[in-house]
Amino acid sequence: MSTMNTVGRPTTPNQVETRPATLTGGRGLLQNEALIFEGDGWGKTGVDLPEPKGDASDLGDLVRKDPIGLPGLSEPEAMRHYVRLSQKNHAIDLAIYPLGSCTMKHNPRLNEKMARLPGFSDIHPLQPQSTVQGALELMDQLAHWLKTLTGMPAVALSPKAGAHGELCGLMAIRAAHEASGEHEKRRKVLVPTSAHGTNPATAAFVGYTVVEVAQTDDGRVDVADLASKLGDDVAAIMVTNPNTCGLFERDILEISRLTHEAGAYFYCDGANFNAIVGRVRPGDLGVDAMHINLHKTFSTPHGGGGPGAGPVVLSEALAPFAPAPWVVSDGDGFRLIEREEEDAAQAFGRLCAFQGQMGMYVRALSYMMSHGSDGLRQVAEDAVLNANYIKARLSDLMSAAFPEGPCMHEALFDDEWLKGTDVTTLDFAKAMIDEGFHPMTMYFPLVVHGAMLIEPTETESKAELDRFIEAMRALATAAKAGDVDRFKGAPFHAPMKRLDETRAARAPKLRWTAPEGSNLAAE
Amino acid sequence: MRYLPLTPDDRTAMLAAIGAKSIDDLFTDVPQSARLDGPVDLPRVAGELEVERALGALAGKNATAGTVPFFCGAGAYKHHVPATVDHVIQRSEFLTSYTPYQPEIAQGTLQYLYEFQTQVANLTGMPVANASLYDGSTAMAEGVLMATRATRRNKAVISGGVHPHYVAATETVVHAVGVETQVLPAAVDAEAEVIAQIGPDTACVVVQTPNVFGTATDVTKIAEAAHAAGALLIVVVTEAVSMGLLRSPGEMGADIVAAEGQSIGNALNFGGPYVGLFATRDKLIRQMPGRLCGETVDADGERGFVLTLSTREQHIRRDKATSNICTNSGLCTLAFTIHMSLLGETGLRRLALLNHEAAVKTRDALKSIPGVEVLTPRFFNEFAVRLPKPAAEVVERLAEKRILAGVPYSRLAPDAGMDDVLLVAATEITTDADVAALKAALAEVL
Repeated sequence: MSTMNTVGRPTTPNQVETRPATLTGGRGLLQNEALIFEGDGWGKTGVDLPEPKGDASDLGDLVRKDPIGLPGLSEPEAMRHYVRLSQKNHAIDLAIYPLGSCTMKHNPRLNEKMARLPGFSDIHPLQPQSTVQGALELMDQLAHWLKTLTGMPAVALSPKAGAHGELCGLMAIRAAHEASGEHEKRRKVLVPTSAHGTNPATAAFVGYTVVEVAQTDDGRVDVADLASKLGDDVAAIMVTNPNTCGLFERDILEISRLTHEAGAYFYCDGANFNAIVGRVRPGDLGVDAMHINLHKTFSTPHGGGGPGAGPVVLSEALAPFAPAPWVVSDGDGFRLIEREEEDAAQAFGRLCAFQGQMGMYVRALSYMMSHGSDGLRQVAEDAVLNANYIKARLSDLMSAAFPEGPCMHEALFDDEWLKGTDVTTLDFAKAMIDEGFHPMTMYFPLVVHGAMLIEPTETESKAELDRFIEAMRALATAAKAGDVDRFKGAPFHAPMKRLDETRAARAPKLRWTAPEGSNLAAE
Repeated sequence: MRYLPLTPDDRTAMLAAIGAKSIDDLFTDVPQSARLDGPVDLPRVAGELEVERALGALAGKNATAGTVPFFCGAGAYKHHVPATVDHVIQRSEFLTSYTPYQPEIAQGTLQYLYEFQTQVANLTGMPVANASLYDGSTAMAEGVLMATRATRRNKAVISGGVHPHYVAATETVVHAVGVETQVLPAAVDAEAEVIAQIGPDTACVVVQTPNVFGTATDVTKIAEAAHAAGALLIVVVTEAVSMGLLRSPGEMGADIVAAEGQSIGNALNFGGPYVGLFATRDKLIRQMPGRLCGETVDADGERGFVLTLSTREQHIRRDKATSNICTNSGLCTLAFTIHMSLLGETGLRRLALLNHEAAVKTRDALKSIPGVEVLTPRFFNEFAVRLPKPAAEVVERLAEKRILAGVPYSRLAPDAGMDDVLLVAATEITTDADVAALKAALAEVL
């Protein structure tokens, strides 16, 4: 029997029977691929470079003498290594990737092609501005689309990911309170219990004290609790809308009114903007700052964990505090304002060395232009329709966390329906892997026990949704029928069996090191 | 719309299954006053061809590095990237996968991250590296915050050789949490001056080598002084290829290395996305920001990899996390690690030497021009020169002649009183013809 944490997540792997391994470790198309450090690549290179004519004797003692410890691969070996590794990954191009809150939608290849145009990829961030007018114009166009879609007057493009955008928004809020002389007394940020971990982490990062706001039984912010905690010591609230339970905050106008009455700002976590793009403008909801994950709503690829991009739209009140750099246009074309002192004196500083994630700007704009305003509205509608369809078709077997009313872009279930089966949310997720599906987000949001958060996105066909639903129904039926073995040891058919995460953390091994007694490599 | 698979019939059938009359029934939680009746005022759906034309026109207005003599550096470098790199990173299984939270079906990503961490650790000469941060500048900011946590002290002493944009990005964040910074005046070759500023409240000393003026420095003595005072040494590197030729920060006593990895595997991209390299000592592992990949075994005892030590991170620790970071630079780390695997030690050392050689050749050409003074005493692939005219003006004139001559230091720090300083970088892509063109054009405009 495995031990569990407070939300019912097993913290140790289950004991399973082992099956005979193959003799080589390979299995069918899946190769047993060693680390590059374990091969014969020491001294090898896969790049043909000319013989240097000079030396580095002018650098004397600064020259590195000891071995660095970097094996090389010829091109065919490199190609095999990485293609073999790739086959051990799930991908949105293989099947539905229903990670709630993560928005794994199709990544159009046109966007990749556009981002690789030399006019965007082969320009230096510090070239004379006269030589990059097209790049600045692209940033200006992206800003126009983002401002129009959100109904907000300003946008800071440079944040490099969602959490970086949160940082940007809270820094702008802090700067606004400093400008009005209220920063010293406004030291709290209110965050609902259902928020992404980045929200409280960001608020704390910027030096605020985080105060949690309760949730109602129907999965929304408890407005009475919020009102009781708002006061002249509160700098901002951070609310995700649609929220992490996949629900639209019905009282959002009341929330923003109360917040503004208290002299605080409304930071909206825009991770779920994809549910409402083209149908609702956050500016109409009283939002003061909201980051937009270009890698969620606007389809730039997640790439195994990044890079992201997190532009932040800002209200009139916060716009003057936006960080450098930003683009302005005048009669002479486009200009990049790189230092806060150059223009508005109130900018709160700079968030990164250059102008942010240009490669992602191109992809996002390509996506937006492809859809147009009508297509983007359809994106939100289909995303919400798909999620509600899944919710409707699974609710008889699984327990929806908030059965009343429609959800937005994601359907949330709890583990109430698994009671008495000895199957946990984690077990269920791992069994989904065996059926060829990536599991939904599990154990998040924290406010729902054993949470299963399913976000299909708008780029799934009805046929793929039905295939997914049938698999889920079959698994749910098996769990209820007592077919526990199917779950406890799962996955059985994945490239690996269940991995021991506790062991990894107990004695961290974070790099390859040469075996004892070998004379390979440094360290 | 080509990206939307649902047909009108699908939508009708699905609404019926849900029990809704129309799509509007699913948006009833939105307050009436906030519902938009129709599409906002933006262009409508467009085909691939139309989008290609529109974006192609914008791209066509920019002067690309590959088509002109090109000498820009200052934190972003143009190197040749093998074709294999871009092919592999566009494979669906890498491009369209998520953060490897389900390790049984993400071993591809996890294994390359483990290999990446090992490469970065060895390259920087440090025991451990994380799975990347956003870029070099945000890595420096994270490094300073980490040093304040580890030492329980509150001040960072920053050398005048650190890239001014790195300093600005760091100060913006660390000042917000009350960390003090002392930034020394811009100087071409004065990293050691930080030693005199180390005090009992110093959490860390930050130096860059090669610095923003290109000067390479042995920081061993700075490390000793910092350690003697109980402070940490953070070494910033903006040109990762330099570590193929120069002694590593780890060998010289660094406690934290914050580096920009763009120049290996990644294009210039007008400033992003790039890849922040972050490495440190074993004893500081639990203070590190960002994702870490670690080795473990599966239920059969087979070796595998997982994201680990997540109790440092925001999704577990929330407001007690070491950083608010969630996303890293996934695909850019993949590009880095593929390029590095192709190079290997042999290729990296050769590449680094070719870079140095190109820069020496460029330096020799420029120093023969009357009025041009070379300022940088020891450099890897970038150096500073003093011109008899404002550098920004000269760069504009040369751009008109289709030569991108470098970065005027005044662009990074207008108030430093160094308007006449030009930063010039050369790499393996620099040809003799490029150098001759720069020399001739520069001589003409001066």
